[in-house]
Amino acid sequence: MKRIYLDHAATTPIDPVVLEAMLPSLTGNYGNPSSIYAEGRAAKKSIEAARLQIAKAINADLREIYFTASGSEADNWAIKGIAMKNQAKGKHIISTTIEHHAVLHTCQYLEKQGFEVTYLPVDEYGLISLDDLKKAIRKDTILVSIMFANNEIGTIEPIKAIGEIVKEKGIIFHTDAVQALGNIPVDVKDLNVDLLSLSAHKIYGPKGIGVLYIRKGVPIDNLIHGGAQERKKRAGTENTAEIVAFGKAAEFATQHLEENAVHMKTLREVLIKGIMEKIPQVRLNGHPEIRLPGNANFCFDYIEGESILLSLDIIGVAGSSGSACTSGSLEPSHVLLAIGLPAGVAHGSLRLSIGKSTTLEEINYVVDNLAEIIERLRKMSPITAECPIDDAVFDKPEHHHH
Amino acid sequence: MEYTDIVMENFTCPKHVGEMEDANGVGQVGNPSCGDIMKIFLKIDENDIITDASFKTFGCGAAIASSSVATDMIIGKSIEEANNLKNEEVVDALGGLPTQKIHCSVLAAEAIQAAILDYKKNKKK
Repeated sequence: MKRIYLDHAATTPIDPVVLEAMLPSLTGNYGNPSSIYAEGRAAKKSIEAARLQIAKAINADLREIYFTASGSEADNWAIKGIAMKNQAKGKHIISTTIEHHAVLHTCQYLEKQGFEVTYLPVDEYGLISLDDLKKAIRKDTILVSIMFANNEIGTIEPIKAIGEIVKEKGIIFHTDAVQALGNIPVDVKDLNVDLLSLSAHKIYGPKGIGVLYIRKGVPIDNLIHGGAQERKKRAGTENTAEIVAFGKAAEFATQHLEENAVHMKTLREVLIKGIMEKIPQVRLNGHPEIRLPGNANFCFDYIEGESILLSLDIIGVAGSSGSACTSGSLEPSHVLLAIGLPAGVAHGSLRLSIGKSTTLEEINYVVDNLAEIIERLRKMSPITAECPIDDAVFDKPEHHHH
Repeated sequence: MEYTDIVMENFTCPKHVGEMEDANGVGQVGNPSCGDIMKIFLKIDENDIITDASFKTFGCGAAIASSSVATDMIIGKSIEEANNLKNEEVVDALGGLPTQKIHCSVLAAEAIQAAILDYKKNKKK
């Protein structure tokens, strides 16, 4: 059966162009880039070429691009590195309630080390308020970290405007742009950011390689100490093959940004319209317009997300959900709770993220079949309009009713 | 996370789905913050034997599959036997459940107990 992959926000397949660029570094080009002899110099040259490609992709200088093993590492480094470097000045950090766990859990870890973190709330669309931000800034604020685009609901934050406010106060500004690159323009000079996280496997590159952009002149503590790689800021023998791949992927993604975004947005609108029209009791999560071109996130009343995903998987479709059952932590998505959805509603969530190669045929197939899936699950569910989910809670056998 | 073939079978073609109009014992348990709610309907005869059982479940694959096998297992049993149904028996009937899904089997056992309690209360009236 042909598979229909609609989880590009989770990861993407490696583009053939990227794979081709990376293979020589897995075979012949194996030198340690720090070595003085020919093999080392060849590897070093490949890395620096890739670094330049990524710098161009985000309008940065190549000396501002630092390779990490993942977007999560870039987030950890940015937040911990700035916190540790600046803790004498202050110990207050501002972030949001909808950040990726790589930011949130890092902030929570720092709270245990004596830092204070303000998590800005978001509105029903997932947008922060610039006023809230202004009010949250204190004399001892040393870092603001706000994501560019949310991975679950697709909402895009006003990073440029946020940056203006933050920079005016002389505070360091980091943004997690992992979901943004390749989907919307990312220009570090325009955005007023000091630090920016990226990840290759979201833009048709391999897993295991990320980037932290660090604006020239921003001091930061190392996360990874050791050898002198990455201008002594991030130790570890460079992953030549994946660095080369990331460079190619970043170049490819930004070269084709416009056409990819238009393609994804067109299909996204067909998907959203189809689902909203064919299926009753559904809501779209995130901002209707200020959202990633490929992201569609829904909540279906009366049913649970994992069972939707299983049913979709059986008919060949890959998607994701914010339900507790899929989270591994038995808690529903913190993002869906942050935009004000009750837990019971957040459980019925489905995220479909379109990619550059998704076809109209695939979207139509999903729209046609999803209605049947939702109906079957609703027939099995004790939750209805007459018996809404909040009335359906009973913890012990003694507390039952009918 | 892997589901056994038996779990998938009970998810795609669950047994005993639906409301029972003439149920004389109904129990509902659950907790929306962990995502599962199970409602079990029982038809119990004058000898306290379960002659029919059905379910409605809001939950993941494991929850639906647990409800399916649990209702299937108690038909023909006495309410005493059904009341003592252990969640491990449900897990065994499913050929196993991932660790983080074991609570679904516990919920199924509890929903059955709730329905039996309801039956006993009704009988008293």
